[in-house]
Amino acid sequence: MDYCLRAFFNHFNDLMFMHMAPMDFPECASSGIHGITVFVLACFVGYYVVWRVTPALHAPLMSVTNAISSVIIVGALLAASQNTHGLSRIFGFLAILLASINIFGGFIVTHRMLDMFRKK
Amino acid sequence: MVVDVLYLIAAVCFIFALKGLSSPQSASHGNYCGIAGIVLACVATYISVGISGAFHTLNTLIAIAIGGGIGACIATRVSMTDLPQMVAGFHSLVGLAAVFVAFSTCFAPELFEIVGLGGVFQSSLVEMGLGSAIGAVTFSGSIIAFLKLDGLYKGNNVPVFINAFLLSSIICLLTYFVTTECTSAFIILTLLAFIFGATLIAPIGGADMPVIVSMLNSYSGWATSGIGFTLHNDLLIITGAIVGSSGAILSYIMCKGMNRSLLDVISGGGQSNSSNKSDNQSEVSRAYKNGSAEDAAFILKNASSVIIVPGYGMATSQAQHALKEMGDIMQKEGVKVRYAIHPVAGRMPGHMNVLLAEASVPYEDVCELDEINRDFASCDVAYVVGANDVTNPAAKHDCSSSIYGMPILEVGKAKTVLFLKRSMGAGYAGVDNELFYAQNTMMLLGDAKKTTEDIIKAL
Repeated sequence: MDYCLRAFFNHFNDLMFMHMAPMDFPECASSGIHGITVFVLACFVGYYVVWRVTPALHAPLMSVTNAISSVIIVGALLAASQNTHGLSRIFGFLAILLASINIFGGFIVTHRMLDMFRKK
Repeated sequence: MVVDVLYLIAAVCFIFALKGLSSPQSASHGNYCGIAGIVLACVATYISVGISGAFHTLNTLIAIAIGGGIGACIATRVSMTDLPQMVAGFHSLVGLAAVFVAFSTCFAPELFEIVGLGGVFQSSLVEMGLGSAIGAVTFSGSIIAFLKLDGLYKGNNVPVFINAFLLSSIICLLTYFVTTECTSAFIILTLLAFIFGATLIAPIGGADMPVIVSMLNSYSGWATSGIGFTLHNDLLIITGAIVGSSGAILSYIMCKGMNRSLLDVISGGGQSNSSNKSDNQSEVSRAYKNGSAEDAAFILKNASSVIIVPGYGMATSQAQHALKEMGDIMQKEGVKVRYAIHPVAGRMPGHMNVLLAEASVPYEDVCELDEINRDFASCDVAYVVGANDVTNPAAKHDCSSSIYGMPILEVGKAKTVLFLKRSMGAGYAGVDNELFYAQNTMMLLGDAKKTTEDIIKAL
């Protein structure tokens, strides 16, 4: 677990410095493999973290993962905030709306559930 | 640079949000971490785009306010019994949001810096297509799951070749889209994926519902990751991968709880036993012992250890508070009361645990299948509340049964089994339960909540 996390963070450092390098040809071989590297490592992190969740908390796990998967709002914000293409912005606007239903709904319902587990 | 650091912190926050769930004490801190992560991600994005005019900012804020208001309304009003439906509904929104973002990228690729000299990068096109397709499958699949869980739609049998045809045409269209960059191919591809999601989930039902809910959870993660690849955004890739693997693990745990393979579940194997069902029903009705609440109260009074086995019946009749009250009364009289939860009890992972927690049953009294299964032999009363398939002994010895091989709670080994059930009908999997006719079983037919309340009065 620790090893995995360390590898993960090291990778993140690489990534930041890579962005500082001149990006003349962003579709060089490394940029393609870069995303996949991040993806695979994150899958491992997810695997180890989720196996440690107690079965009693599987329902809050589902609702909290549901809430954090609406981080897709990042993409929606990018789409909605620029003004080149009208259609593109409308889609962005709608995506923000949907994602924020999810963010608020997901976190509130998780909070409600966890409150029940806490009171004794 | 600042933006990347903020994204990194947000990703770490999400990991801590899940890590917190390893114990109920740290869980709510985890939830706050998750909220912090989302806020940071939004702030970072805002910084990276720059403030591009008050009008757009206002639009964005309006969208967030409307969405947030709707989300908060749903989340504060939903009852814990309806949790599975709500989660399925929320999954569909992530899917649809992914589709919208993919469309947005498709119509204005230059915004997202994925255009090279020879047009949009091919790798980006693949990712865009995949993200949109997975998002669409998640959306329509979750809608079907929502309708099924809510009891609004019963499900249809879809021939396997239709799914195979849809899947292969999606793949063909994807290759066509990547080579020609044709927008209409992209739109048709997404539409087909919407249909595919519906036909994929429609035939699956009954006891397989927990697997489906967690599988869709996983899909919503993969869709997020797909969009992350398109936008070259590492935060989206990381979060999507974590959510995706979380859903996959939950599906695996659920499948193991039913001794079925994921492929079996997806191909709708649960439906094939509908023919067996009629065979079982043709059997003449066998004799069973029907008890009254007073009889049950008498048995419970004389017991020294009781294990309560909740199932979906508890959720539908909202019996958890009555159960807790009954448990308290017995505990005061020195009876050892525990709760046994099967991994697939209810309609989503951990559903029973939440309901019991709602009735403030102490966390320590609730046991998992492996912890408690051997204690049934030494307990006096197993009090089963509408948990049929997960206690069915046919899973142990009847090779022809559709639930054969599924690990069960061995309630039959208890001295007395009190079985609360609405009617003598078969369970969700459509398999008759011979436990009903066993010597040591007493059936308490009727609404679980009402029966339990009657027992409390008689105690």
